[in-house]
This record gives sequence, C-alpha cells and structure tokens, in this order.
Amino acid sequence: MGNTEIKIKETGSPVESFHHENFRRRSRYTLVFIFLVAGFFAITIININSGNVEIPISRIVHILFTGQGDEQEVNIIWRIRLPRILMAAILGGALSISGFLLQTFFENPIAGPYVLGISSGAKMVVAFVMIVSLQYMQSVSSYTMILAAFVGSLISMGFILLVARRIKNMAALLVAGIMIGYICSAATDFIITFASDSDIANLHGWSQGSFSGMSWSNVGIGTVVIGVTMGLTLILSKPIGAYQLGEAYAQSIGVNIKFFRVMLILLSSLLSACVTAFAGPISFVGIAVPFLVKGSLGTSKPLVVIPATFLGGGVFCMFCDIVARLAFAPLELNISTVTSIFGAPIVIYMMIRKKGVR
Amino acid sequence: MGKAYLSMDKLSVGYNKRVLIKDICIDIHKGEIVTLIGPNGAGKSTILKSITRQLQIIRGKVVLDVNDLHNTTFKELSTKMAVVLTDRMKPELLTCHDIVATGRYPYTGRLGILTREDEDKVDEALAAVNARELGTRDFNAISDGQKQRILLARAICQEPEIIILDEPTSFLDIRYKLELLSILRNMAKKKGITVVMSLHEIDLAEKISDKIICVNGDRISHFGTPDEIFREDTIRKLYNIDNGFFDPVFGSIELQKPAGKPKTFVVSSGGSGIKTYRKLQKNNVPFAAGILYKNDIDIQLARLLASEVITEEPFVEISKDTFEKALDVMLSCDRVIDAGVVIGDCNKRIGELLHIAREKGMIVDE
Repeated sequence: MGNTEIKIKETGSPVESFHHENFRRRSRYTLVFIFLVAGFFAITIININSGNVEIPISRIVHILFTGQGDEQEVNIIWRIRLPRILMAAILGGALSISGFLLQTFFENPIAGPYVLGISSGAKMVVAFVMIVSLQYMQSVSSYTMILAAFVGSLISMGFILLVARRIKNMAALLVAGIMIGYICSAATDFIITFASDSDIANLHGWSQGSFSGMSWSNVGIGTVVIGVTMGLTLILSKPIGAYQLGEAYAQSIGVNIKFFRVMLILLSSLLSACVTAFAGPISFVGIAVPFLVKGSLGTSKPLVVIPATFLGGGVFCMFCDIVARLAFAPLELNISTVTSIFGAPIVIYMMIRKKGVR
Repeated sequence: MGKAYLSMDKLSVGYNKRVLIKDICIDIHKGEIVTLIGPNGAGKSTILKSITRQLQIIRGKVVLDVNDLHNTTFKELSTKMAVVLTDRMKPELLTCHDIVATGRYPYTGRLGILTREDEDKVDEALAAVNARELGTRDFNAISDGQKQRILLARAICQEPEIIILDEPTSFLDIRYKLELLSILRNMAKKKGITVVMSLHEIDLAEKISDKIICVNGDRISHFGTPDEIFREDTIRKLYNIDNGFFDPVFGSIELQKPAGKPKTFVVSSGGSGIKTYRKLQKNNVPFAAGILYKNDIDIQLARLLASEVITEEPFVEISKDTFEKALDVMLSCDRVIDAGVVIGDCNKRIGELLHIAREKGMIVDE
C-alpha cells in the first residue's frame, strides 16, 4: 500500500481534477433537477390556466393557495384540472421508471412496458375484470383495477421471459413483445365486443389511454401505490448500479441476482400496471424519458437517474396532456397519440445513433 | 507449506449438470500466482467460473480460507474474492472512475454512496494500474488495453484476498501484457493477494506463475511448479502440437523443422546462426549445423530446427572424430553458409572445415 500512497502525493494534480470533476458533475445534476422542477411548475400553471374556461394566473394562484374564489372556477381547478395534472405527473413518472427498470433488466435501452406488450397484457385483464364486475356491481374499485392490471402485466412479462430464455437476440425479443401486444389487444377487442353498450364508450376511451376524469381518490391511491413502489426502487438503486456492469460482475460484488431480478420484474410490472389501470396503455414514454434524462445528466448512475427520470416522466406526460387537451379543443386526443408523436421520433433517433456507434 | 488458502477437493465442474472436468484436487496457498493453461475449450473458464460461483459445482467442494464456498453468501464472498472476466462490459455513460468505484460496493451503505475513504481507495486502485489519467474518461471510449487495466483496478479496489482473472491478457499488446502481469506479481508478493488466472501465452505463464495447472479436456493433466511443467513433451501433449516444438529453455514455440536430408550446412557460433536458421526454416530448406559447442547459444535453436547438429563438448579442442563427422555431413550438402565464427585455438578445426568448403567453392552468401 505504501507505494501507491506515495504515488498519489507525487501526482497531486489528477486528484484535484477528480474532485473538480465531481463538482462539475454535481452542478450538472443540480441544473437538470432545477430545470425539471421549474418545468413542472410552469406546466402546472399553464395547464390550469388553459382550457375551455380561461382563468387568469393571479386568480389561479389565489385559488390554489386559499381554496376560495368564484365557485365555478374553484370547482374547475380543484375538481377537474388539478387532479388530472397531478395524476399525469405521477403516472408519467411511474411509467418512465417502469421503462428504466425494464431496460436495466434486459440490458437494452429500447425495452419498455409498451413495446414489450406488458401494458397490453394489463389492458386485457383490466377490460375483462371491468366487464365482468360491471355486470354485477355499479363500479370497480381502483385497487381491483390495479390488481387486475398487475396480473395482466405479469402474464405478459411471463411470456416475454419465456421467449427471452430461448432467444438471446434483443431485436427478436422486441418483436416477440410487439406480437404479445397485438395478441392482447385482439383479446381486449374481443372482450369489448361482448360488453353491453353502456360500458363500451367508457372502455373504449380508457383502452386508448387518457388522463381525463381523474378524481382525488384516484390521486390518493395512485400516490400511495406508486410512492411505495418508488421507495423500493430507490433502495434498489445500489444493486441496479452493479447490474449495469453485467450479471456476473454484479454477483461478484455481492448482489443476490435471483432475488434482484424478481424484484425488478415485480416493481416494473406494478408501476406500469398502475398506469394502465388508471389511464390505459401509454406508449413510448418508458423508452424516451429515461434516454433523455440520462443524456442530459451525462450519467447512468441509478441514484441520480431514478428521481430525475420520475420527475422527467411527470413533466413529459403533463406536457403531452396539455397538447392532448388543447391541440384540437374542444376535441380531446388520446394521450398515446401525443406521446407517440413526441416519443417515437426520439426512439428512432436512439436506434439510428446506436447503429452508428457499433 | 502450511494451510491452503483455496482448496478444490474432488471437484467436478461443467455446464447444466454435465461433468466436463472431474476430480480436481488442488491446493493453492496464500500469495501464490497460479495459472491455468491448456488448449482452447479445455475447460479453463469452466473451472474459474466454478470457483467464482458463476457456475454451480457439480460434485466435490471448494474451500476458501475456512469456508465451504457452497455455504458462503455472495455478499460474504464479495469481500474476499474479486474477478476480472472475459464478458464484454458495455455500460452507458459511466466514467472509468465510476467503474472502478463499483469495487467498493461490498463496503458502501444501502444507497451505495462513496465516502471520502472510498474515494481514496478508488484513487489508489487507479494509481496501482497506472491509469489515473483515465479516471474521468467514458469507459466505452477507451482502448481494450485501457479497459483491462480499469477492470483490474476495479478488482483491486474491492480489496480482495484473492483475484480470479479469466484470460486477462487477451486483446492486449506486449507492453500492456507485461505491465498487467507485473502489477499482478506486485500484488501477490507485496500484499499477499492470491492470484488465479488463465493465460494463453505459455511463455508468460512460465515467467509469472508459482504454480501451473494444465487443463486438458476432461481432466487436470498436470499441476506443479513451472520447472516441472514446462518440458518439451508435457507441453506438446497438452496442446497436442504435431507441427511444431516447444522450447523449454526459452519457453517459446517453434514451427516444425523442414523435412528431408540436409542440403545446406551452416557454420556459426555465439548466436550468429539464429537468423540464418530461421531464414532457412521459413524457406523450408532442410539444413545441418555445426560444429557447435554444447554451451553455444545457437545450439538450442539448432536442435529444434536443424536436421542434423554436430556438437562438441564445451571448452575443449574439437576432436578429430567430430571434425570428420562434420566433414562428411558438409560434403553431402550442396552449399555451406558461414554465418560468422571466430576461430581460436580450440576450434581451429572449424577453420579447416571452412577452408575445405572454400576450396570446393561451396561457400555461398546467405
């Protein structure tokens, strides 16, 4: 040891440069977070401000902080716009993290809950549960929906894992995922065909993906489920970092690979299930957001990337939700339509760039 | 020798419960450098992967220090054993410093945040492999040789008692090979870290290792010190060489000698013949060499490459018998190459030999 210590002292400058480098990195992280938080607030204000009923910003701030004002405006803000915005943020974040976890699991940046057919699996089971329960009951509880979506996610995930065992080629795996997505969508359409008329409109809107009609109770349940899942994910950030070196290295530094892989599957499935249960399947967010966030942070260290991706996903979905609401107002677009328009080109860019590198 | 640090006891290893190599019984002591050699596909990696627990052991056991590997958790193992693998690592957006820092994983807290002390250990590890300047570089942007050094630094940073390396010198040029191996030797001798690795370069294996394990398909054919292992026939059998030779003196591999009756006679001494021998061999010309003293440098290569070598005991005057034997062989050849020999009192008969050759017009330039 003595030898190396002396060496460090001799070449003092690189040590300085490391710490300088650390400082530079942390500043960059901070900047990205500031930008994301600022984006969050700006989009929240714009979102509340715009719509069929325009409310000036001064009154918005007043209503937000005191809860008092014109009764109709209070209703619009508190009952309709605010829960919707918050839900878009939470679900967008959850979806992005789900994508990030799947990318870690499959060691492929183009994996995500939508392309691997996991969202579609969730959609299928939720549609089934909805139609069956609505025959006997007035409504379905959010928890039942989440559970149904979770089961559906795990079914799709199971298929993907079976395929992944036999096929090591990532492109083939993605194709398999897309096929599973088609099969599940076909099954969903089939189920909907047998639904009673009153369910169809509801179900159809939902199965295309939308943040509309969110209530505070939705927000509450979503926050609890996603909050817990996110907490667990953050705790996993250390083994995720190790896993980025590959399975063998991760194991050699003490990661219990079997347990870790099961956790990754459960967490990513639960997150995307939650999103699907509330807002239907939403495409490309899970791939595009982690990519953009990692790029802007300049690192893939999970401890930084996970919170930033959550925030980034929230901001991205809030932005897409505004576009969905306003682009052709009073008509509203499906959220997936908008996320595809912004997300798909990013994914295509990723693939082209990757080809170039290799 | 004391107690073994790593011991394999009737160990059988392989893939998917199919035994590839069985009944391995080997004891490795603390601070030893042990190298696995053997042909491609002989199972060197399989043995290493079984020691690192990447592969399930089929029968028998591996004991590390006092613990049966089978009953050790990955977490416990991670503070004792570090690895450098052949798997290509392709992390995105991580600097070399980040990669090395993952070696601190077993020692950091829940969230894996590096303390000041951890940072210092990372710096030390980078310094130990002479890669401080690489710290801030993106891991994907550096050369294979540099990557290998960073991976070694990562392993050092883990502060292990034993390092397992699977073909660490592949893809490296000669300079990096030497550098890597000398770092390993320093670690083993100064810090008492045990090193177990596989190498393709048997010449390097001979020079760096305390013990050699010869892996030959279904079994360990030899285990011992380099002196015991590096013999012409052992190496030839291990690698199944039928078109070349292993030179145990220099630890190098020579191509097969040209076949047939010698047509060229080479006279040389003190290393002057080596260039000529190689040239003749490349042109596939069978040749005879002589008269060489048995302690001449030329004789090593002459024995491997020449069809016939006429020798004389060291430090004596060349005898009449030897001279006549050499003359016979020389006269049966078409030409004679004088690669350079200094004539003195003892070897004046070589001078006579050359004189006859010159008279007969047999001497040619190379």
